[in-house]
Amino acid sequence: MSDTQWPLWEVFTQEGEGAPHEHAGSVHATDAEHAIQNARDVYARRGKVVSLWVVPTESISASSPGDAGPLFDPGSDKAYRHPQFYKSPRGVKIF
Amino acid sequence: MSMTTAPAEDPTKLAEFESRLNAGETIEPKDWMPEKYRKQLIRMMSQHAHSEIVGMLPEGNWITRAPSLRRKMVLLAKVQDEAGHGLYIYCGTETLNVSREELVDQLLTGKAKYSSIFNYPTLTWADIGVIGWFVDGAAIVNQTMLAKTSYGPYARAMIRICKEENFHKRQGYEICSVLSNGTPAQKAMVQDAVNRWWWPSLMMFGPSDAASPNSAELMRWRVKKETNDALRQRFVNLTIPQALAINLTVPDPGLRYDAETENWEFGAIDWSEFQQVIAGNGPCNRERLAARRKAHDDGAWVREAAEAHAARQAAKAQSSAA
Repeated sequence: MSDTQWPLWEVFTQEGEGAPHEHAGSVHATDAEHAIQNARDVYARRGKVVSLWVVPTESISASSPGDAGPLFDPGSDKAYRHPQFYKSPRGVKIF
Repeated sequence: MSMTTAPAEDPTKLAEFESRLNAGETIEPKDWMPEKYRKQLIRMMSQHAHSEIVGMLPEGNWITRAPSLRRKMVLLAKVQDEAGHGLYIYCGTETLNVSREELVDQLLTGKAKYSSIFNYPTLTWADIGVIGWFVDGAAIVNQTMLAKTSYGPYARAMIRICKEENFHKRQGYEICSVLSNGTPAQKAMVQDAVNRWWWPSLMMFGPSDAASPNSAELMRWRVKKETNDALRQRFVNLTIPQALAINLTVPDPGLRYDAETENWEFGAIDWSEFQQVIAGNGPCNRERLAARRKAHDDGAWVREAAEAHAARQAAKAQSSAA
């Protein structure tokens, strides 16, 4: 049965001016234009969305869960990158 | 419990997986998972997606006969939502390394199941009201729990669906409320619809936990966080006061409020009817599948045309680049 296995596209929606594009889900479509139309019908039925991105799923590279430890480790032991690390005299308003 | 884990799984990985679940972590598509977890999710999510798709049929039946333009607009939007909800869940299921084509094929060949509730006919306009109120109401109770399921893509699809589905229930209850306050004939029509849909709606939560083959494992892996019986009771507790408020009764002589447990106790469910409908002998099983197959076959030319159009666009782009 020849069916609906057109290429898979990941859909990102921006819900309001200035908001980031966030992953919403995926659609099957023959090309980018078709993917945007399908994404509109599936992920933008409520009028909040102001912009759509579609990306061929196969074009996305992702970090692998097994590497999460070593990959993100350099960020986890640097308390001095957070404002709480610093002391200021009592009563002084810094911000 | 020893039956619940396939012997082939690596015990270290399995222990790690279960400790992640115990810590309340979310499982994502690329994470290691036991084959049984993947299979259970594919079964559950694809049944859920099929239910959204087949669920369009009983309601679609009334779009051309909606009693006003407002009701027609609302019903069109609701049915379109159901199509969208089916697609959200199919796309979530595809992250488990199964193609949508395969899933759709399982539905069309009758291999996959969908919610039995959609094998009952919509005889009058009041059925559209009661479906929104009971069937979507029951679905919301179930899906609110599933929004916290351990598999990330399923949970995210559920959150999206729950946000949209509240209007489905509201519009259904509004229809019932208007009919109940209408002429005696309208009141009788909505009471009749309530009488026909009440028990099948309670059955939507699935067999009693004692008789539910998958419940224990699904709960252990936090796919489900509550039992079928607990969800069913929550639905009854929510729904009975809503029925009383618009002067409708449910067809259960055993129904009574227990002040101590604060539950509406209900009578015994006739599970033989449920089994009959699941086995394919419900009032509309054959009709629903035939309608899905016809829609799929009749849409073949659209799929072919879209492919031909894309091929031509690609060829054009290539020749203008050359």
